[in-house]
Amino acid sequence: MSDYDLPDSLRYSIEDEWTRSDGKRVTIGVSDYAQQQLGDIVFVELPEVGRSFDKGDPFGVIESVKAVSDLFAPIGGEVVEVNQALTETPESVNEDCYGDGWMIVVEPSDPKEIDALLDRAGYAQHIKDRE
Amino acid sequence: MKRNAAQGLAYEEDLLFEQSRPGRRGAELPMLDVPAADVASLLGDLARDDIPALPELSEVDVVRHFTRLSTWNAAVDLGLYPLGSCTMKYNPKLNERVARLPGFAQAHPMAPEEESQGLLELCFELERSLAEISGMDRVTLQPAAGAQGELAGIMMIRAYHEKRGDAKRRKVLVPDSAHGTNPASAALNGYDVVAVPSGDDGILHPEAVAALMNDEIAALMITNPNTLGLFEEHISAICDVVHDGGGLVYGDGANLNALLGVSRPGDMGIDVMHFNLHKTFSTPHGGGGPGAGPVGVKHALAPFLPTPTVSRSDAGFAWNHDRPDSIGRLHGNHGNVGMMVRAYTYILSLGSDGLRQCTDMAVLNANYLLARLRGEFHVPIDKPVMHECVLSDRALADTGVTTMDVAKRLIDHGYHPPTIYFPLIVQGAMMIEPTESESLESLDRFADTLLAIADEARTDPDTVRTAPHHTRHRRLDETRAARKPILRWQPEASEG
Repeated sequence: MSDYDLPDSLRYSIEDEWTRSDGKRVTIGVSDYAQQQLGDIVFVELPEVGRSFDKGDPFGVIESVKAVSDLFAPIGGEVVEVNQALTETPESVNEDCYGDGWMIVVEPSDPKEIDALLDRAGYAQHIKDRE
Repeated sequence: MKRNAAQGLAYEEDLLFEQSRPGRRGAELPMLDVPAADVASLLGDLARDDIPALPELSEVDVVRHFTRLSTWNAAVDLGLYPLGSCTMKYNPKLNERVARLPGFAQAHPMAPEEESQGLLELCFELERSLAEISGMDRVTLQPAAGAQGELAGIMMIRAYHEKRGDAKRRKVLVPDSAHGTNPASAALNGYDVVAVPSGDDGILHPEAVAALMNDEIAALMITNPNTLGLFEEHISAICDVVHDGGGLVYGDGANLNALLGVSRPGDMGIDVMHFNLHKTFSTPHGGGGPGAGPVGVKHALAPFLPTPTVSRSDAGFAWNHDRPDSIGRLHGNHGNVGMMVRAYTYILSLGSDGLRQCTDMAVLNANYLLARLRGEFHVPIDKPVMHECVLSDRALADTGVTTMDVAKRLIDHGYHPPTIYFPLIVQGAMMIEPTESESLESLDRFADTLLAIADEARTDPDTVRTAPHHTRHRRLDETRAARKPILRWQPEASEG
C-alpha cells in the first residue's frame, strides 16, 4: 500500500511526524500515514507556548477511536505557537493533516536535527518496512 | 448457518428522568413525628438551596426499567465472550451461593474482630492460597481492582527504594506490548516511563532490557504471557538483568489464567504482582460486580504492604495495623470482600488439579481457535500461543473490510466482539480469548461464524461494512460520541 500523501517539501520522523521549516521556525504535525492508521481523531492535547522539548520527548497526545498515542518531538526546541483550533476540530488532522491539522511551531534548539530527519523517499521506505 | 442472536421482545426504554411524573412515588413515608431539623444551620454553606430534580417513579416503573435494561446486556451467561486479555470466564453459581451465606453477606466491615473470625480466616487463607499459586511470599487483598493493584505494587516499589535511600531511580521500563494501565501506574507514582521494544518474535529479549537498564531504573513492568498471548520465554534472564541493575520486576497478573498450577511468577523472578480475581478466579467481571486486585510480594517488599494485614495468633485472627513502613490504606475497609469469598470458593472447589486443568483447557482452546482461523485471518506472529491469540484484518485488506467491521458483524451472530485494535503493536488486531469454559461445540460455532464473516467479506463486503443489522440499533457513530459526548441528562428548556 503506497497511497499515502507525502509531500516532497517536508521532512519526516520515524514516529510519523512531519516538519516544515521556513529557515527559522519549524511547523510540526502528523503524517497522512499516521492519520490513516489512527482513524477518526477525536482529541488532540498540545503543550503550552513556551514549553521546551528535546528531540524524542513526548510533546502531546493524540486520541482516535482506536487508540491513544503520544506525539514525539521530531526535533528539540521551544514551542512558539500552538494550533488551538484542534481542541474544537480535531477532525482537521484527518481532513488536512499538512494544512489546518498542523499542531505546533517550534524554534529549534539545534537546526542540524532537521537534517537528520527522513526525506520523502526515506519515510516512504520506513512505512513500507513496517507493512 | 443457525443464527443464535436473541430475537423476540426488544424494548425501547426512556431514561428514568424522562419517565418521571410529579408526585409519583414507590413508597409512602409516615408523617414526621420528630421535630424537623434545620438543614441550613447544620450544614451551613454545604446545604443546597434547591432539591435536585430526582426522578419520581413507582416501584413497578423502576423494576421494569432495570429489568428491560438487563435484556440489552451481553453476558457470559448468554454466550461465549471472547474479550482478549479480559478473561471473561464463566462465573460458577456455587460462588454466588457461598457469597450469599448470611455470615459472609451480612458481615459488617466495622464489626469487632471476635465477631468476624470466619471472614478473617477466609481472608487469611485466600492470601495463603494466592501466595502458593503465584510463588509470592505475602499478599494483600485490599486493592479494589487490577489498576489499583498496579498502583499499590508500584507504590511499594517506590517505598522500597526510598527506604534504602536510593532516590536516583526515577524511571520505569514498560514493554511496547503492555496494557495501558502499566505506564499509567508508573506515571501516577511520579515515574517517567521508558518503552522497551519487543523482538520480531513478539517477546521481550534480555538484551533490549539490558540496553536500557541503569541506576535510574526503579522497575520493569511485564505481563506474562504478554498481550500477544505469547509466553515470555526469557523471563528469568530478563528478571536477572533488572535485579543485577538494582531494580525490581512488577508482574501484571492480567494473563495469569495461562499459568495456574503450571508455573509461578514468583519462581520466574517477579518481585511484586497483582491478581485479577474477576479474571482468573471467576468472580463477576465488567458491570457484573466490583473487581478485586490483590497484590503479592516477595519478603523484601512485605513491610510496605497496605495496612491493615490479617494476622493469626493463639487468640485468633486479627487486623494488624502496626506496620510502620506500610504505604497506608488503599480502601475504606478491607477491599471487596464478597469477591474474596467467591474466589476462595473457586480455588477450593477446583483444587490444585482443577486449577491446572483450567489452564490446560484455556491454552488448548486458544490454540484450537488459532488453528481453525489461520489462513482466512492473518496471524501476525504465528507460533503456539498461551490462553489467547491475536489475529489481524490484513488478509482482508483487498476487500475493504476492517477489524472494526468484523467485530460489528459478530454481534449479528450473537457474540460480544473480541478486544480490537489492541495490542497497539499489531495493526488491526483482534485479540481472542475463549477461556476454558467453552466446549468444542461452542468453539466450533464461534470459529464457523468468523470464517463465514471472512467469506462474506469477499463475496458481499457491504453487508459486513454496514453491520450490525440485527441489533436494536445499527452501527453507532463512535466518532461523534467521542468528539461530542453528552455526559449528563438535561431537562428540556420548556420544563426548566
